Amino acid sequence: MAYDKFTTLTSPAVPLPIENIDTDQIIPARFLKAVERKGFGDNLFRDWRYDKSSQPIADFPLNQSKYSGKILVGGKNFGSGSSREHAAWAIYDYGFRVVVSSFFADIFQGNALNNGILPVVVSPEFLEKIFTAIEADQDTPFEVDLQNQKFTICASGESIGFDINPYKKHCLTHGLDDIDYLVSMKEEIAAFETK
Amino acid sequence: MKTLFDKIWDSHVVKEVEGGPSVLYIDQHLIHEVTSPVAFLGLEKRGLKVLRPEKTIATPDHNVPTINQHLSIIDELSRNQVEMLKKNCATHGIVYHGLGSEGHGVVHIIGPEMGITQPGMTIVCGDSHTSTHGAFGAIAFGIGTSEVEMVFASQCIMQPKPKKMLISVNGKLNKGVTAKDIALYVIAQISTSGGTGHFVEFAGSAIESLSMEGRMTLCNMSIECGARGGMIAPDQTTFDYVKGRQFAPKGEDWDTALAYWKTLKSDADAVFDTIYEYEGADIEPMITFGTNPGMGIGISENVPNSDKLTGSDKLTYEKSLKYMGYNQGDKMVGKQIDYVFVGSCTNGRIEDFRSFAQFVKGKKKADNVTAWIVPGSRAVEKQIIAEGLVEILEAAGFELRQPGCSACLAMNDDKIPEGKYSVSTSNRNFEGRQGPGARTLLASPLTAAAAAVTGVITDPREFL
Ligand code: SF4
Repeated sequence: MAYDKFTTLTSPAVPLPIENIDTDQIIPARFLKAVERKGFGDNLFRDWRYDKSSQPIADFPLNQSKYSGKILVGGKNFGSGSSREHAAWAIYDYGFRVVVSSFFADIFQGNALNNGILPVVVSPEFLEKIFTAIEADQDTPFEVDLQNQKFTICASGESIGFDINPYKKHCLTHGLDDIDYLVSMKEEIAAFETK
Repeated sequence: MKTLFDKIWDSHVVKEVEGGPSVLYIDQHLIHEVTSPVAFLGLEKRGLKVLRPEKTIATPDHNVPTINQHLSIIDELSRNQVEMLKKNCATHGIVYHGLGSEGHGVVHIIGPEMGITQPGMTIVCGDSHTSTHGAFGAIAFGIGTSEVEMVFASQCIMQPKPKKMLISVNGKLNKGVTAKDIALYVIAQISTSGGTGHFVEFAGSAIESLSMEGRMTLCNMSIECGARGGMIAPDQTTFDYVKGRQFAPKGEDWDTALAYWKTLKSDADAVFDTIYEYEGADIEPMITFGTNPGMGIGISENVPNSDKLTGSDKLTYEKSLKYMGYNQGDKMVGKQIDYVFVGSCTNGRIEDFRSFAQFVKGKKKADNVTAWIVPGSRAVEKQIIAEGLVEILEAAGFELRQPGCSACLAMNDDKIPEGKYSVSTSNRNFEGRQGPGARTLLASPLTAAAAAVTGVITDPREFL
């Protein structure tokens, strides 16, 4: 699937200062029954967002209109648990393009990159600074510069570099995916098989 | 100076991408109804067919009912997914082991059973517990749906090479300690993120003493410490298990395969990025008290307090205990439970039901306990019947259900009600994993059996 090309993004952020946010919380298993890749955003963080009678839970950040933006900031070890890619789809479908944390689970990180989401790893201290900045002003903007691999708290000008695999960076900036690449390798693969 | 992992990985690299991941060839692709439909859809949109249908097998397991499987699935969405899988397999020429067929079962149980899982292979599936197959000395790991589509399209996947970790457990295991306890112990030691970025090799005399079933349980849980997967070098136990199975090599092919498999071990001077060593004697039957698999303790211990934690770690810990309805310092033994679930790709193999049945033999299920005894596959179900375990279970008040993932992730009707406690042999105790509001206590089949007959958390060693 083609997704939007990613270069730079300046946006306020939604804070979720919880650690070990696992994919069962991001999208509970009972919403995995779809056979298409649509509408997962509605059920993003379903059980934290809504109570049993489907009423929004007022103090959950996604339900607080003061928070907005295309950046989600989560606590350490974001995306642990089940490999379900639906977690990345739900985050993308909801409208987030960047997830920031001090640590991501492996599979989630791969799934995010495959689906047009940029996972940004910052130091634990910097993560605290981000949370503090949002607490002080929920509209405070952040800048994500993929080209220069830099994340900036615009208000204070403080920034931090982040790592990304050069190949994935190329894919994200061009809106390409791995399958396009692999299909182009057909002959090499066939040759490998006869080895 | 290569590790077991290096040997298999290096022999499967088709190409190294400049500044990017490796293109890795996949020997076996396992698919199920939940993570495949969107991948098939993507493939069709690109106008492609599955490149190697003969290297792919399919089974519906995640959301199938575990009673009355001969009837049509009642839940419409589940039925739709299962039917889509069947249809997609027919379109692309993939062998499909449907509900009620001889080959049906949880995908990670049927692969090894049929002899499809073999040493030295690369195996992937859109399910994190694909790591199970690492027990045979294979590189096996879970992938996301877009990677499923990659494998469909090219029989390859793009993967950066992970770091290598060695976890060795030496010495004899204590009475009542199983592979599941080793797994929960290791995860409690290194945490749910301790293995991130790594592929684990398990070694040491305690590991070598495990049966294939036990090794599968351990490798299955390896990902719960954050690792990409876990593996164990193949040895005589492995070869004996594989030999004679439906898809195992035969005759001369067997000899050739065996000669190769015997080379599959880490060289004495192989270099690991991270090493942990444990003593088997330090491990007791384990149980979890919180909402991630790293929150496990020896069953005789008390719920740890949060004194040493600070900031968000402390908040997360307290939130977790609140969800579980437990307090710091609580004794685990004696706490009331409501449900027992025996099954899943972690502990849904014949050995698990043998150990459960042996334990409950001549005893009675506690009245306050609802038990779901769910075989991992049709073959396991048949074996349970053939060995006369059903009679033992029934006499003790337990009923055998039909194969599937069941309450491991509660996508079907097998959901633990809100607030109820479930001693479960599965692999995850996240909030809501076994149903909204359900409280999961991960443990071995033995510990589950002890709880099932007493109605409270019980140290199984008391009965051994
Ligand atoms: S039993 Fe549980 S972990 Fe295993 S494949 Fe099924 S859902 Fe996944």
